[in-house]
Amino acid sequence: MNAYRLLGAGIGCAALLWAAAASATEKPEDNYRTYCVQCHGLQGDGKGINVRDMSVQPRDHTDAKEMAARSDEDLFKAIKEGGVAINKSMLMPGWADVLSDEEIRGLVAYLRELCQCTHGK
Amino acid sequence: MKRLKLTIRSVAGAALFGIVLGGSVAIAADGEQLLTSQCAGCHNLTGPAPATLQALRDRKGPDLFYAGNKYKAAWVEQWLQKPQSIRPAGMFYGAHIKPGPKGDEIDAATLTQHPALKADEAQAVTAALMQRKAGSELIAPGAYTPGTISLSTGEMMFDKFRGCLACHEIEPGYGGRSGPEVYTAGARLQEDYLISYLRSPQAWDPKTFMPNKHLSGADLQKFVHYMRLLSEEGQP
Repeated sequence: MNAYRLLGAGIGCAALLWAAAASATEKPEDNYRTYCVQCHGLQGDGKGINVRDMSVQPRDHTDAKEMAARSDEDLFKAIKEGGVAINKSMLMPGWADVLSDEEIRGLVAYLRELCQCTHGK
Repeated sequence: MKRLKLTIRSVAGAALFGIVLGGSVAIAADGEQLLTSQCAGCHNLTGPAPATLQALRDRKGPDLFYAGNKYKAAWVEQWLQKPQSIRPAGMFYGAHIKPGPKGDEIDAATLTQHPALKADEAQAVTAALMQRKAGSELIAPGAYTPGTISLSTGEMMFDKFRGCLACHEIEPGYGGRSGPEVYTAGARLQEDYLISYLRSPQAWDPKTFMPNKHLSGADLQKFVHYMRLLSEEGQP
């Protein structure tokens, strides 16, 4: 009987661990390297593998002047809802279906590290 | 006497049925055996899709546990005999790029060639793949209604209105390279699957780096018309 209980508890723990893994919050850098680098580039300079035939070039995230002109709220909105949400290019898609708000906030902080800047500075 | 004839007929019938069944089982078993012994190293045959970025990055080839809902059998059978890359930058582009003087470049040395199968192997593997039908609940059979679209309207939707060209090529050498080529999608993929996948890529592949463009029902149909047209245009 005890063995069955132990087995049950083990299965319960495994299920919880699996569920935790399925909804895990990923690190900002890992999200950037998966979703953003395809256009914004390995070095965040806007020269990703996809830019060759784009009509509007992606933002250079290392450009402190350009990035300082955007508020954190605008960056959050652009990542979540897409470029159009802040009157920018529709080539920038929204990522709300893949990233949680917490992960998007992490990406905004990561962008500030890349540009070494804050809004207005 | 009549009863004996019936019995003999039944036994003969059962034996014939057994031979036919045995034959088909043998073919399916070969395909299944090939899949598990030759393909499982790079392809997920049982699911689920990657639930973490690590699993996404580690994925070497497309998930095949819903191949029977995704691919057109005729295309699979042909492709397996003469495999050619569909994704210019590999399964996960991040593992196959490097910085270059003008921006990121594809690191061709890291890309691998898919092995080619003989005709009978390709036939058996295709039959086994078509049995894999996970995700059927995501597909509405008959969701796609055949229709037409002009090449210029389709391209305008794909590029200017929706920005899909950013990641996908619509002809060899033109378009984005992180996603699979779209000019063969109409020949490669089942229409009802395309409708379902374009409606929500994340329903099939939660961590995919293809964004959900929230296409309307009418746009979904038009995108599939366009992909079918591109595939017809590309035919020799």
